[in-house]
Amino acid sequence: MAVIPWKPAGEMTHITKNTTRVDAVPKVTGKAEFSYDVLPKDALIGLFVTSPYPNCTAVTVDTAAAEALPGVKAVWTDEGKVCRMAGEFVAAVAAETRDIARDAVRRVRVEWERYPFVVKAEDARQPNSAQVHGATRPNVNRAADDEAGDVDAAFESAAAVVDGTYSTQVQTHTSLESHGMTCRWDDAGENLRVWASTQGVFSVRGELAGALEMPESSVVVTTDYMGGGFGSKFGAGVEGIVCARLARDAGRAVKLLLTREQEQTNSGNRPSSVQHIRAAADAEGRVTAFDMEAHGTGGYSQGAGFPAPYIYGVFGDPPSIPNRRIVRDDVYINAGNARAMRAPGHPQASFGMEATMDELAYALDIDPVDLRVLNDPNETRQAQYRDAAKRIGWSRRNAEPGADAGPVKTGFGIGAARWGGGGGGTRATVEIHSDGSAVVKCGTQDLGTGTRTVVAAVAAEQLGLAVEDITPLIGDTRFPPSGGSGGSTTCASVAPAIKVTADAALATLFGRVAPALDAQADNLEAVDRTIRRIDDPSKSLAWADACALLGAEPISETEQHDGSLSSRGTAGVCSVELTVDEETGDVRIQKVVSVQEAGLVIDKLTLESQLIGAVIQGISYALHEDRVMDRLLGHQVNANMEFYKISGAMDIPEIEPVVWMAEESLSRGVIGIGEPPVIPVAAAIGNAVRNATGARVAGLPITPRRVLEALEREGRAQG
Amino acid sequence: MKNFEYVRPDSVAQAVQALDRRGAMPLAGGMDMVPGMQDNVIIADRVVNLKSIRDDGVRGIRETDYGLVIGALTTLTEIAEHPVVQSHYAALAEATVEVGSPQIRNAGTLGGNLCQRPRCWYFRNEHYNCLKKGGPRCFAADDDAENQYNAILGGGPAYIVHPSNCASALVALDATFHVAGPDGPRAVHADDFFVLPTERLLQENVLRQGEIVTHVEIAAPADGAKSAFLETAERAGFDWGISGAAVSGVVRDGVINGPRIVLYAVAPIPWRARDAEALIDGKPLTEDAIRAAGEAALAGAEPLSNNGYKVPLTKTMVRRALARLA
Ligand SMILES: Cc1cc2nc3c(=O)[nH]c(=O)nc-3n(C[C@H](O)[C@H](O)[C@H](O)COP(=O)(O)OP(=O)(O)OC[C@H]3O[C@@H](n4cnc5c(N)ncnc54)[C@H](O)[C@@H]3O)c2cc1C
Ligand code: SF4
Repeated sequence: MAVIPWKPAGEMTHITKNTTRVDAVPKVTGKAEFSYDVLPKDALIGLFVTSPYPNCTAVTVDTAAAEALPGVKAVWTDEGKVCRMAGEFVAAVAAETRDIARDAVRRVRVEWERYPFVVKAEDARQPNSAQVHGATRPNVNRAADDEAGDVDAAFESAAAVVDGTYSTQVQTHTSLESHGMTCRWDDAGENLRVWASTQGVFSVRGELAGALEMPESSVVVTTDYMGGGFGSKFGAGVEGIVCARLARDAGRAVKLLLTREQEQTNSGNRPSSVQHIRAAADAEGRVTAFDMEAHGTGGYSQGAGFPAPYIYGVFGDPPSIPNRRIVRDDVYINAGNARAMRAPGHPQASFGMEATMDELAYALDIDPVDLRVLNDPNETRQAQYRDAAKRIGWSRRNAEPGADAGPVKTGFGIGAARWGGGGGGTRATVEIHSDGSAVVKCGTQDLGTGTRTVVAAVAAEQLGLAVEDITPLIGDTRFPPSGGSGGSTTCASVAPAIKVTADAALATLFGRVAPALDAQADNLEAVDRTIRRIDDPSKSLAWADACALLGAEPISETEQHDGSLSSRGTAGVCSVELTVDEETGDVRIQKVVSVQEAGLVIDKLTLESQLIGAVIQGISYALHEDRVMDRLLGHQVNANMEFYKISGAMDIPEIEPVVWMAEESLSRGVIGIGEPPVIPVAAAIGNAVRNATGARVAGLPITPRRVLEALEREGRAQG
Repeated sequence: MKNFEYVRPDSVAQAVQALDRRGAMPLAGGMDMVPGMQDNVIIADRVVNLKSIRDDGVRGIRETDYGLVIGALTTLTEIAEHPVVQSHYAALAEATVEVGSPQIRNAGTLGGNLCQRPRCWYFRNEHYNCLKKGGPRCFAADDDAENQYNAILGGGPAYIVHPSNCASALVALDATFHVAGPDGPRAVHADDFFVLPTERLLQENVLRQGEIVTHVEIAAPADGAKSAFLETAERAGFDWGISGAAVSGVVRDGVINGPRIVLYAVAPIPWRARDAEALIDGKPLTEDAIRAAGEAALAGAEPLSNNGYKVPLTKTMVRRALARLA
C-alpha cells in the first residue's frame, strides 16, 4: 500500500493540538508503577561492593563472611577487576532485605593493589601526573586537529578580535530513578523476565542475551514507566548483567538498582570542557576566524568532544567560519565516565561559542541579536532570534553592561541550538476488535517525554477516534521492535510508524464494512467515531457498529515507519532575563523564552513540556550542578543530592515555551526535539550575567563564588 | 549501619539515665542522625529516642514572665510559624524557616538542630577519617582540598562551619539553653554552649555524656529591640547557607544599643563579631557605621584555599542584616 502523506495541519483533530498525557492521572496519583516499584514476590535485594580507591585492582575478593550472614542468597565477584575510579563495582550480594545486603557488602574482604591517581583534568595534563590507565594509554589524547583557510592572516586583517577561556563542568546524570532492574528466571531457568529502567527495551534484551549466552527470544524486557534516562540508560549495564546472574544463582527474583551515591558516580556524565577561543570579525560583524584550543574530560573514558565552531558562520557550503583552527584533547582522570547526555557535546559548544559571539558584539558595538542574524544562515533561526528577543523584552536591555543603579543588575542574553533528530526503524501493530477497541502495540518506551500519548494521539487522528478510545501498549519486547529513545528520534520514529499502521488497519476495516455502506472502500473516511461515505456523508456507521461487523475476525495489521513522514534538522533559540546581586553574587533568573522548531508537532502540550523541562535542566547546569572531585583521596565528595545541587522549584522562573508553528516547519514531517532546547540555556544565562554586570563569568556553574570572583577581577567587587 | 540498642524513655530522667554511658546518643527528629548512621559516620551503640518523653516543657512554645520558652522537641515548623516568634524574635523565625525543606522542618526539632553534627563533606564521607571523627588530619585544611564551604574564621585544627541556622539566631538573641544530665539540670548561655575545635574535636558543644538540651529560654525583648537573620545560599530553597548573619540590638531614635552580630556558616561556632559590635554600640546606625561594622566583623578572617569569596559575601550579610535593624 502506498504511504499516504500527513493531512494538512489545518485538517487535524489531535495532531498539532494539545493532548493531555494519557497517563497523567496514574502518574500524578502515584498509581503508575515505575520500574523501581516492581517487586515480584520473594524478590531479593542486590547491592554492590565498590572500590574505595580511585585507581586500584581488586586482587582477591573474599565473600565467605558475607555469605555466612543469614539471609544472603547469592554473591557475584569480579576478582582482578582494575578500577579506574572510586566506586567501581567489584562484587555484589543478593539478600532477603536491604539491611542484610548492606551488612553483607561490608563483610566482603577485598585485597587491593593501589596505584597513583589523578582526579582533575588540569593535574592529569601535567607531565609528571599519575597515569589513569597505567602504562597502557597516556592521560592526554589528541581528539581533534583541524585547520582550514588562513587563520593568522584573518586575525591580522580583522576589525575585531576577542580572546577568552570558557569552561564547563562535569554534569552527572542523576536520574531520579537510579539505573538497574529486577530480574526473574521463569520456566526452570529457561526464560528471563526483566523489568528495567531503560530507554531501550530491545537494547537491554540484546545485551542481556549476549552476556548470558541465551537466545534473545528467551528474554522479555518491560519498561512501563521509567524515571529519567537522558542518554544514560540504553544498555543492561554491569548492574543489569549482575542482577540477572544473582537471580539465576539464587533461584529467586532479584531487584538491583543503584544507590544514590552509585547513581552519581557510576551512571555516566556530560564531560567537562575548557575552551580557549580566539575569534575575529570583519567591520560588518561577520565572523572570519575561529581558533580554539580545548580539552575536556570524560573521566576514565573518552568522549569529551563537542562540535566547534558552533552554529555561526556564513561562508562556504555548508556554511562555516572560513579560517579555523581547532585543537582538542581528551583527558583521562580517575573518575566516572562520559555517557550520552541530552544533546551530547552541544551545551558545551554553545557556552563557548555564544560567549565569543557576545564579546564580538561588544567589541564591534553591534546588538547581539543583529550579530547572530547576520552570522546564521538558517532562515528559521533568523526569525527565531527576533521572536525570542521580542518576547523577553530585549528592548529593555542595557547596551552598556551594569548600567542599572544599585547592587541588583538586570541582564539579557540569547543563544541558539541546532539538532538532527529524525526517525526510522520502528514497527507497530494496530488491532481493531469487534467490541470497537483499538489497540496499538509498539516496542518503544516512554522515557518521560510522552511517547504513550503520541502513540494514542496519532492512532486516534488516523482512525477518526478520540484519544481515550485508543489503548496504547508500549515498553515491552514482545511488541514490534523500535529503537532506543535517544538522539531525539523517538517521536519521529514512532509517530510515522503508528500512522502507516493505523492507515493500513483502517483500509482493512473499510474493506470489511464497505458492503454495509454500499460503497467502495476508497470512498470511505473515518471521522468523529464514524465511518462514512466521502461522496455522501449521511451514509455512515458509528465506529462501534462498524467494528461489530468484524465478528470473530479482528483486524491486526503490522507496518513500519516510512521516511517520507519524518525529517531531520531543527532550529531553536533561547532568550533569558535575569538579575545579579553584585554584593552576594546571587543570580536570579527572571524569565526564559524557549523557541523551538519541531517539524510536524504531534502533541503541542507534551512538546511544550519538553521545552520547559529542558530550560529547567539548562538552568540547573548553568547555576548549580557540578561534580566535585577531591584531590586528596580521589572521591566525588558530593555524590548525593544534597551537595550535587540541582535547581529546585524556587530557582525556576516563568518559562515561555514557544512551539514554532510556521507552515513551512509543520509541513516538514515529524522531527524529535527532546534534546535541542537544553543546548543554549546556559550560554544565554552566561551572556545575561555578562550583560548585567560587565563581568564575564567564564566557567560553569555560575555560583555566587564565581560571580564575586569575576567582579573582583574586573575591579568591581562591592564587599 | 551498626546494630544498636533502642530505648524509648518516658521521662527526661529516664532518658538521661539511658544516655549515661559511652556510645549512647539521643535521637529526636532523626533528620541529621539517621542518614549519618546509615552512612556510617555517626555511630551509636544505643539510641535513646527523646520523642517518647512525656514530660511537660520539652515540647511546645510558651510565653512566660521572663520571655519565651521553647521545648527542645518542638519542631522547626512550629517555631517558624509561631506568631510571637515571628513578631518578637524575628531572627529566630527567619533563621528557622531557612532550614532545609518543609519536610525537614516538620520532622526536625530545635534540640536536634542545635546539636546536629558537621555537614563538611569530608566528615560525611566514610572514607575520610578526619579529625572530627577521631582521625589524624583535617582534610579541609589542605590547600588542595575542596574547602569552598569551610570556615574563614575560628578554624583550626578543624575547619567546619557550624551548620545550625537556629544556633546563630539564638546566640544573637542571647538565649539560655537548659540542659538535663546525670548531675542534674544546668543552664548554659548560648554564647558558651558552642565550642571551638581547639577545645573539643569530637563534639561541637559543651554537653557531657548523658546530657540533653531540654528547653531554650529567651528573654522578652526590651522596648525597641529588633533582630534579623539573613543568609545566602546557592539555591533559593532546600540548601545550606554559604554565609549569613544574625543580628540584634535595641534601636531607639536610630541609635543601636547592645548590638549582637553573629556570623553564620563561616566558623566552627556561631561567630560573634565582638569588635564590630563594640564599634557600633551606642552609635547611630548610619550607612557608614554599618559598612564599618561589616569590615570589622571580617577583619580577622583567614580564608582557606577556596573560600576567599566568603569574606566579601559575609560583609554584605552583616551590612544587610544591620540595615534591617535601622
Ligand atoms: C538536606 C538537608 C538540609 C538541611 N538544611 C539545613 C539548614 O539549612 N540549616 C540547618 O540548620 N539545618 C539543616 N539541616 C539539618 C536539620 O535541620 C537538622 O538536622 C534538624 O533540625 C535536626 O533535628 P532532628 O530533630 O531531626 O535531630 P536528630 O537528627 O534527631 O539529631 C541531631 C543530633 O542532635 C542530637 N540531639 C537531638 N536532640 C537533642 C537534644 N534535645 N539534646 C541533645 N542532643 C540532641 C542527636 O544526638 C544528634 O546528634 C538539613 C538537613 C538535611 C537532611
Ligand atoms: S573541617 Fe572538620 S569535618 Fe571537615 S575535614 Fe576538617 S576536621 Fe573533618
